[in-house]
Amino acid sequence: MAAQTLFEKIWNSHVVHEAPGEPALLYIDLHLIHEVTSPQAFEGLALDGRKVRRPERTFATLDHNVPTTDRSLPITDPDSKLQIDMMRKNCRDFGVRLFDLGEVEQGIVHVIGPELGLSQPGMTIVCGDSHTATHGAMGALAFGIGTSEVEHVLATQCLWQARPKTMEIRVDGKLGLGVTAKDIILGIIGRITTDGGTGYVIEYRGSAIEALSMEERMTVCNMSIEGGARAGMIAADRKTVDYLRGRRYLPSGAQFDRLAAQWLTYRTDEGAKFDRSIAFDAAAIAPQVTWGTNPGMVTEVTSKVPDPSSYADATSRRAVELALEYMGLAPGTPITDVKVDRVFIGSCTNARVSDLQAAAAIVKGRRVAATVHAMVVPGSQLVKNEAEKLGLDRVFKEAGFEWREAGCSMCLGMNPDILKPGERCASTSNRNFEGRQGKGGRTHLVSPIMAAAAAVAGHFVDVRDWASR
Amino acid sequence: MIKPLKNFTGLVAPLDRPNVDTDQIIPKQFLKAVVRSGLAKGLFYDWRNQPDSQFVLNQPRFEKATILVARANFGCGSSREHAVWALADFGFKAVIAPSFADIFKNNCLKNGILTIILKPAETDAIFEAIKVHQDYRLAVDLPAQKVTDEFGWSAHFEIDPFPKRCLLEGLDDIALTLMQDEKIKAHESNHPVPYKF
Repeated sequence: MAAQTLFEKIWNSHVVHEAPGEPALLYIDLHLIHEVTSPQAFEGLALDGRKVRRPERTFATLDHNVPTTDRSLPITDPDSKLQIDMMRKNCRDFGVRLFDLGEVEQGIVHVIGPELGLSQPGMTIVCGDSHTATHGAMGALAFGIGTSEVEHVLATQCLWQARPKTMEIRVDGKLGLGVTAKDIILGIIGRITTDGGTGYVIEYRGSAIEALSMEERMTVCNMSIEGGARAGMIAADRKTVDYLRGRRYLPSGAQFDRLAAQWLTYRTDEGAKFDRSIAFDAAAIAPQVTWGTNPGMVTEVTSKVPDPSSYADATSRRAVELALEYMGLAPGTPITDVKVDRVFIGSCTNARVSDLQAAAAIVKGRRVAATVHAMVVPGSQLVKNEAEKLGLDRVFKEAGFEWREAGCSMCLGMNPDILKPGERCASTSNRNFEGRQGKGGRTHLVSPIMAAAAAVAGHFVDVRDWASR
Repeated sequence: MIKPLKNFTGLVAPLDRPNVDTDQIIPKQFLKAVVRSGLAKGLFYDWRNQPDSQFVLNQPRFEKATILVARANFGCGSSREHAVWALADFGFKAVIAPSFADIFKNNCLKNGILTIILKPAETDAIFEAIKVHQDYRLAVDLPAQKVTDEFGWSAHFEIDPFPKRCLLEGLDDIALTLMQDEKIKAHESNHPVPYKF
């Protein structure tokens, strides 16, 4: 048997039907849904008199629209309320398990999948959301789909997919103190740019990747889409098995051990070939800060806002000019001079327990600057509960952060958490597009510890100077 | 359910920015829609609604455009299919660009909007032609995979045979898939659900 990559093993074992000149028909092991990209899909099913083929492989949550404040109160925004009510009705009518507000399993869809044991190695996983790539950290082939495809998966449990190319991204060596998984992926996107991965599935490999915890691997895989790749994966290993053991939806004992043995077969073989390979040195990665209006417009915290005239081609120059105009930044400004108005620690990229622990360690005994409004939004109810057991909420609140309920929150202002025009935010989320966090809002993407340090200092700082304290 | 895509000639509007993301095409407040229709009002909302906006679609000469020409990596970012619904609701039938983001391209093809990939020099030529000619139009011929203008310029585009057939015949994805129901059942009987409920 020829040497196969992780991607090929998963792809080949899920093709249900294929013919020359056609995309493959892939079986989908797990379909995750949320309230924003599903209403039209369920409507389509109902209009055609179709059922959900596999309700037992379909799980829903409420995350994008939900307020992160007191959830015993009624939802005030009528459009949000409508989508939430529709999700509840659709799940009831079609027999799909919904993790509703008030349930301990509720949270951001890409946080709850792994933590409930739903997302497993070797699976194909889809969701109507581009950050579905997150589940690739479990050693799965996971990618985002549009609402029409959501309808298709609901009806058939399958998806037509043209076979992508494979890209190996190796990160070897040791990450410096104060440098995180978030900086790895921002550094990668800075190099390959926002379309460098288009048409590819990325596998992240190398000693620095293997050294990452499961939650750190999720951060890396999460932002694969920002580099243009639909999916990003990290092969399962003992850490993956240990992470999954005892999780809510997994069996235990001999049954678990049998599953675990299968999971560990999903690894790239010695000698397998990728269509493209890129290598990074972990030790050379510094804390990253985005300065522009896409995640590829990023630099090291020790660097400066770029000068448009340093870009060779006219289209890039103009794009940088427009970005700097939107962001209200002058060329040549040191990143550490950039002041922030708001700090958001949250999102499917960086709102897990280890992210909150790292940020809490930075702010413990310190205070949020008087000029900053800072908040922490745990990625799920389970994350919130564990963080509270560890006393992290007290650390954040004593430092002057707001401590919220779980949801997508300020990553994209679809709920009450939104930037005002011109407000500048240090955010642990994944997108800094114009208006993403609120019309006219200015987003800078950073790691949790960089966001925490910026909250205290009132401007960006090189957290490596703090991390050793 | 999509209507079969017939050959057509359309007015071309230029969007001269690379990496146009789907947050720009349709901002988040329009994702609260629960139907696919009526999203034209959200199309490029922030760019169209700035004070003194010179945005292309605000200019009367482009109001009836049915073809958009854009730069590289059009439609990147969020998977929101609402971006495509908004373009369709406005009246667009095709988008021309040197490259598209994957999810956006798939979403277009599922909604009968043709994504036409041309070489950068060819899209440059279209941008230039629009500067020169007041009502620049292109004729789109999907069977021949060609776009042609009335001045003798034309360009060939590639498209995979399967999406091409689906567009030309207005094929329903789900019905196509359910023709493979026996194979799906066979796969399912060999792969039990790995969850404990």
